[in-house]
Amino acid sequence: MQGFKPGSTNAALDSKLGTIRDAFPNRSFPTGAVHEFLSDSKENTTVTSGFIAGLLSALMGNAGATLWISSSRTLFPPALKSFGIAPDKFIFLDLKKEADVIWAMDEALKCGALTSVVGEIKKISFMESRRLQLAVEKSNVTGFIVRNNAKNLTTTACVSRWKISSLPSELHDDLPGVGYPKWKVELLRIRNGQPGAWDIQWRHGKFKFVEQFQATPLEQQKQAG
Amino acid sequence: MEKRFVSIWFRHLRTDWFTRLQPHLKNLPFVLRTPQHGRMVITASNSVAESKGLSCGMVLADARAILPELEVQDDKPDLAEKLLTRLAEWCIRFTPIVAIDLPDGLLLDTSGCSHLWGGDALYLKEIVRRLNERGYEARAAMADTIGSAWGVARFGKGSLVITSGTHVDALLSLPPEALRLETETVERLHKLGLHQVKQFIGMPRTALRRRFGPQFLHRLDMAIGQEIETLEPVQPVEPYQERLPALEPVVTAPGIEIGLNELLKRLCGRLQGEQKGLRNAVLKCYRVDGKMVQVDIGTNRPSHHVTHLFKLFELKIPTIEPALGIELFVLEAPKVEDYLPQQEKMWEGKAGIADVRLSELLDRLAVKVGQQAIHRYLPDEHYWPERSLKSALSIQEETTSEWRSDKPRPLQLLANPEHIEVTAPIPDYPPMLFLHRGQRHKVVRADGPERIEQEWWLQQGQHRDYYRVEDETGNRYWIFRLGHYHDETYQWFLHGYFV
Repeated sequence: MQGFKPGSTNAALDSKLGTIRDAFPNRSFPTGAVHEFLSDSKENTTVTSGFIAGLLSALMGNAGATLWISSSRTLFPPALKSFGIAPDKFIFLDLKKEADVIWAMDEALKCGALTSVVGEIKKISFMESRRLQLAVEKSNVTGFIVRNNAKNLTTTACVSRWKISSLPSELHDDLPGVGYPKWKVELLRIRNGQPGAWDIQWRHGKFKFVEQFQATPLEQQKQAG
Repeated sequence: MEKRFVSIWFRHLRTDWFTRLQPHLKNLPFVLRTPQHGRMVITASNSVAESKGLSCGMVLADARAILPELEVQDDKPDLAEKLLTRLAEWCIRFTPIVAIDLPDGLLLDTSGCSHLWGGDALYLKEIVRRLNERGYEARAAMADTIGSAWGVARFGKGSLVITSGTHVDALLSLPPEALRLETETVERLHKLGLHQVKQFIGMPRTALRRRFGPQFLHRLDMAIGQEIETLEPVQPVEPYQERLPALEPVVTAPGIEIGLNELLKRLCGRLQGEQKGLRNAVLKCYRVDGKMVQVDIGTNRPSHHVTHLFKLFELKIPTIEPALGIELFVLEAPKVEDYLPQQEKMWEGKAGIADVRLSELLDRLAVKVGQQAIHRYLPDEHYWPERSLKSALSIQEETTSEWRSDKPRPLQLLANPEHIEVTAPIPDYPPMLFLHRGQRHKVVRADGPERIEQEWWLQQGQHRDYYRVEDETGNRYWIFRLGHYHDETYQWFLHGYFV
């Protein structure tokens, strides 16, 4: 396996991630790498893109740009504003063919002008993920793959594998109405790090930790692949 | 397509121009003079003078002896070229491709033009009539090749419209001068008794080449149409155009790439000098078989970056079918915009939406997937969710209003709201449960309603009452009721997903 380069990190993002950092090598989120997110439903995809938007708000800062590649996009750009990102910093590539998504992602990940590239992909082979990984190692762009309806999970060369699902929201004193979004963030696999699971609330543009960091037992890690 | 050319011959171009300015010269013998080797020589004469036996090249003193009442004026150098250029530009009304043919003619590529004037004959008649109106004596002929049109215009006896395919027959009875040959060659032909084209057109080519040189065959081939002659239009059809003829027909992709690179270098050099950048470029490949194939590219921002443009074309080169070979490459830039020098600085600047590398990436993507796949959005001042954003026209376009975040909006919005079945209590309360795609969701928490009215000046219809609801598993949805509760015609829809 070709070199995993430490050192490409983002201080703003690390400070935002709080205790999730403990799972990463050198306690910092690997940028300049490809991260994989699993999703099995529309609801799941929504919270996954929400989590990614939370990461992007720190990654992009004021000047960055993100390319969002999809063949079935339903993302509603104005909502990104509530994650602290200007939606006009996003460029959307809406492709007809699923096969073009990986090609476009490969091209885009080589472009140093972008901060990150998000691709909604159903299937990706090991070779393809390897190519993406090699592309980002040169350009230092961060890649996010959202695997919609991932049926058969193959091994990929991605640096991590996440699964985000929604949890019932909470409000103080049993107030009526929908509270702050709350997610279960599972880090199923991380290269040179320690997988784990966290309950996180998204509140005022920040991640709030409901429960502290807990390492997943070894058996569960194996199950998750 | 069948090629048709018109050659216009101005028999008295310069004297006609003087006559236009001084109408009293019209019926007088009139010549132009120029000093040559210490004496005055006639360089142009009008028809009256010619009928009296004067001709070009005569010494003025001799002419004065023949015709004492001769009107003489000083010739102007380069007058013919200036006049022809002006006339050629005027002739663009008849066809876009007009070339000047020094010293006394114009050449028009009229392929596919004459039917607009009701046929070849009417077309020619109209050209000649309009030129006569302007005061120029003109003779025009139309044929399939430039050479034959030229010859017929000057030496043809019969009809000046040579019907398609018969131009060789028309040439047969013409004198050898009609082939645009050098004076010595013409003299030699006459000396040999070859006074008409038909007397030597059938001779073996090797013999002709030996006796009269390759230039003779060249001219002959041009007249017959075995060799393609191109016109150099006075007004290039495209202002930003580069041409590259190939010595040998090009059939391979590397050959096309070399040609393209050369053309791009020339064009970009020129654009750079003028501080312009192209937004569109077309590569036209003219093939040996007379057909033309072309590929085009577009860019998101003005560019004169050779490597980048080459990359864009590179993706399309495989679609060029060279057939027997390409003999001429033409690169055109139909859309050119000002290239602001400060854009250059962004090369080193921070990465982001304004980065040149990003627009170059998008250009490359657009070549493969099409420009319509690339979207960027700007806020639009509407409450109606589908109308709250608009597509940006360009990658540089700035936002003119703020993105709103005061009302909750779902991160995923369905393009078409999906119908749901609900159980809802009294008016204005959120539903207790809803059925979406056969799945039952029990509503645990809810916010709302947020009423969004139709903008009646844009679209008629009922308002929407939006609720943000959360089901027992923690998933959050955006649902709305279309219409008033008491109307009994209301419907419920799922429109989006919250994080």
